Amino acid sequence: MNGLIGKKVGMTSVYNDAGQYIACTVVEALPNVVTQVKNEDTDGYYALQLGYDETKEKNVSNQMIGHFKKAKSAPLRKLSEFRDFEIEKGLGDSVAIEEVFQEGDVVNAVGTTKGKGFQGVVKRHNFRGVNDATHGQHNRLRAPGSIGAASYPAKVIKGMRMAGRTGGNRVKMRNLRVVKILAEKNLMLIKGAIPGHKGSYVIIEK
Amino acid sequence: MQSFLGYKCNVMDLIKYVQSQMSQKQEQPSFKPGDNVAVNYKIVEGSKERIQVFKGDVIQIKGQGLTKSFTVRKMSNGVGVERIFPINSPNIVDIKILKRGKVRRAKLYYLRELVGKKAKIKERTFKK
Repeated sequence: MNGLIGKKVGMTSVYNDAGQYIACTVVEALPNVVTQVKNEDTDGYYALQLGYDETKEKNVSNQMIGHFKKAKSAPLRKLSEFRDFEIEKGLGDSVAIEEVFQEGDVVNAVGTTKGKGFQGVVKRHNFRGVNDATHGQHNRLRAPGSIGAASYPAKVIKGMRMAGRTGGNRVKMRNLRVVKILAEKNLMLIKGAIPGHKGSYVIIEK
Repeated sequence: MQSFLGYKCNVMDLIKYVQSQMSQKQEQPSFKPGDNVAVNYKIVEGSKERIQVFKGDVIQIKGQGLTKSFTVRKMSNGVGVERIFPINSPNIVDIKILKRGKVRRAKLYYLRELVGKKAKIKERTFKK
């Protein structure tokens, strides 16, 4: 699986050749560095570990500094592994955006969704709430309703959907189309929305 | 290579760069809310193409850059019809300005409540 680590820039809309207006997410993916090559002998499988986003040495642990020195790369903030990478790359090589993706490719995008804080069941699990404001209902428009029977089973069954912390999950959006690649600035346009706020890391895999 | 994003954030610069790369520059006449315009719009039906005219008052201009759009309102058989056009759309053949309107607002939503003579926009006259 080929892929790259990038950052979400934001969204805009562009026109395609057919004159259609397409909402796109802009992703910045500077050349990723190969920080580790895993192979059958040492790890039991073949994979490339890519790194992205240079940082200062003081912000990286000593163990990680050693890891980056092996690859002769600057300290990086984000690392990710791609199994069965199809492009031949060695330790310390950089992987550019145009090597991996082409316009029209179908890709998956992995990001961390925006944190929503403690939310009720209507937002969190798409419950409908109480549909009536009248007929005896009072201040429970967005209440969850019954969470189970009474003396049997005398408990709330596990996994009952309730209110709680929402968002901030790793989410993969599948089958998104690459609209355009602007290799000069290492940007790519992907049709549709990608989870996460602006500036958050996104893994684009093909 | 250090990412341009982060604490030294210049998200809008990158978005503007994308827009400048993606735009097929099309010069449109400048108009304002309150102006009466005729938009010639290309409509594709299967393999056929034809041009439709939408004539009415501009009641709002929204957005900037590549995503700028404007709304045209007209009365059609006593029913108000509004249509939103992306200003950079390649499907817009041309925009003709028929009248310049004199209005005191950027968004003329109040026209939706009015009918007949009250919904008429005064024409802007230019002093020589």
